[in-house]
Amino acid sequence: MTFAIETKAIGGRLVGDRFGAAAELVALPVLAVVVALIVFGGFVALFGVNPLDLYGYMYRGAFGTFFSWQNTLTRAAPLILTALCTALPAQLGMVVIGGEGALVMGGLCATAAGLAVLGAPPLIVQLVMAIAGMLAGGLWIAFAGALRHYRGVNETISTLLLNYIAIAILNHLVEGAMRDPASLNKPSSYSIGDQNMIGLIPWLGVHWGILFGVIAAVLAYLLVFHTTFGLGARISGGNLRAAKVVGLPVGKLVLAMCFLGGACAGLAGMVEIAAVQERANANMAAGYGYTGILVAFLARQNPLACIPVAILLGGIGASGGLLQRRLGLPDASVLVLQGIIFIAVLASDTFYGRFKIFQTNSA
Amino acid sequence: MADASSLGFWVVPIAVLGGAVRVSTPFLFVSLGECLTERSGRINLGLEGTLVMSAMVGYGVSYLSGSPWLGVLAAGITGAILGGVHAVICGLQRVNDIAVGIALMLFGIGLAFYLGKPLIQPKANILPAIDFGWWSTIPQLHDALKINVLFLIGVVLAPALVWALKSTRWGLILRTAGESADAARAMGYSVNRIRLRATMTGGFLAGVGGSFLSLYYPGNWNEGLSSGQGITAVALVIFARWNPMLCFWTSLLFGGAAALGPALQSVQITWGYHLFGAAPYFLTLAIMIITCSPKRTLVGAPAELSITK
Repeated sequence: MTFAIETKAIGGRLVGDRFGAAAELVALPVLAVVVALIVFGGFVALFGVNPLDLYGYMYRGAFGTFFSWQNTLTRAAPLILTALCTALPAQLGMVVIGGEGALVMGGLCATAAGLAVLGAPPLIVQLVMAIAGMLAGGLWIAFAGALRHYRGVNETISTLLLNYIAIAILNHLVEGAMRDPASLNKPSSYSIGDQNMIGLIPWLGVHWGILFGVIAAVLAYLLVFHTTFGLGARISGGNLRAAKVVGLPVGKLVLAMCFLGGACAGLAGMVEIAAVQERANANMAAGYGYTGILVAFLARQNPLACIPVAILLGGIGASGGLLQRRLGLPDASVLVLQGIIFIAVLASDTFYGRFKIFQTNSA
Repeated sequence: MADASSLGFWVVPIAVLGGAVRVSTPFLFVSLGECLTERSGRINLGLEGTLVMSAMVGYGVSYLSGSPWLGVLAAGITGAILGGVHAVICGLQRVNDIAVGIALMLFGIGLAFYLGKPLIQPKANILPAIDFGWWSTIPQLHDALKINVLFLIGVVLAPALVWALKSTRWGLILRTAGESADAARAMGYSVNRIRLRATMTGGFLAGVGGSFLSLYYPGNWNEGLSSGQGITAVALVIFARWNPMLCFWTSLLFGGAAALGPALQSVQITWGYHLFGAAPYFLTLAIMIITCSPKRTLVGAPAELSITK
């Protein structure tokens, strides 16, 4: 897979010219985002919107005020977690895009588990919900990993199909077995109860989910870059034959990485229920899984880099409302911008190693 | 619904059969297009986005011009442009075609929602159907046999593509690029240019498939118009072993599976409506589990294809 080869080439260059390559790893995605913003500015200019107004409102809606920061961080929390669902299996050269499905399954199972132990103390309920959500999301993606390893089924296609299947299961259950008869307009499950909601971080006003995301990203980073397990995964991603020669258990690595990635997305689902929605319904499939893919690619599959990138994309999402109110842009404008950023960042892959400025040390 | 009760549960297979013909058409066009692209050695996962975007453009053009056929043409051109974007970016060195497909899928869907906002309300002229069931007095059978012209074009197109891939100069060059880029280069052909043409043609066909969604069945434009038909069709090509004629038969199978939910609903079985709606995805996954294998390369797979390498 070309993807794996390219990661390896960058890793190799890191040894000889650490600073230049690291600068390049940051500079090229930043450049890609800038180019994407310029292209998007040109796009809205076609509809009679001043691009400078656009950038101004985007900044204000994303990072301009305390409230916009709150909104941005609330959106960033699930994005960090769903990004890890793509970034962790990516260490093995896999392209997993099932974050949306794992999030939905995680949220659904967390709700079911929470409702089952509703009488328990809130902390127990939350713990049970988190475990259920992570297990459900983890098994959901591990299933795709197993299909890849044992049956050779392409994981990109299978995880995308699993997204649609997860949403079908969600709709089936919240309109049937799990439905609260009181939810008339929007079929929903029973509420997990106010007392069981995970609250807000006191002085910040953002729910604790953002902390879950940051902790998960740091742990994932340590796992990938500072453990033998992570090294084994990266070797398998770089060169499958070499991995087999040194006796790495590739199958176990695939299953474990997929499980961990899925567990992160499942936790995102749990957080969405226990911190935002209070009950399972179609609102859960809000596209965090798909934006998470973009976060992972923009972060170059580095778990730690997923944190700032998720905040950036959370900010873009948060500014959508302001763009709609002030400039009359449709809510889908965020999707268009995300698509342009995604294309730009992938196209920028071709420039690695082409700019002399980053190779001064080795030259 | 006196007839429905006199037919009893025969309504279900008739509706599935009619649905198979109706619902399979977008599957058919997308899979034929993807088949061409993949035979040239590149995979375009962005066809889901192409489908949605071209459905929107087709509907818009039909609404503005009054001619649904002009809408089909515009949808095809939209698909070809998106295919061209995919091919040009993938033509750059070290760019991953699977990832670009995902990006274009999200971009296409986003752009369609953005530009399609004003098209949700108005009614556009939709495509005509040929009535093959005029002899029948049973309304269900009559409905099932109303067949759209695009489906008939697809019926002709599938064997035509088999022939073109096998026997024409153009088909031979395309397959050479798909089996060995080096061999194609050695013959003096530009692999990127061959794949550009294949991806644009594939995008055109997928675009026509998209216009079917908005201009015939369901025959309107809304944001939930396509939910995974594009990606199912991509998986279907693997099942069909990159053979256009097999793409045709599997499209019918998938169309039938997709029609199962509404058919059961017509006889008052509403349990599991969403699950039956997801039948094509379950079916795709099951088929991929059965037919793929980690030990051997798939029969008929183009050697240059990243997804089976």
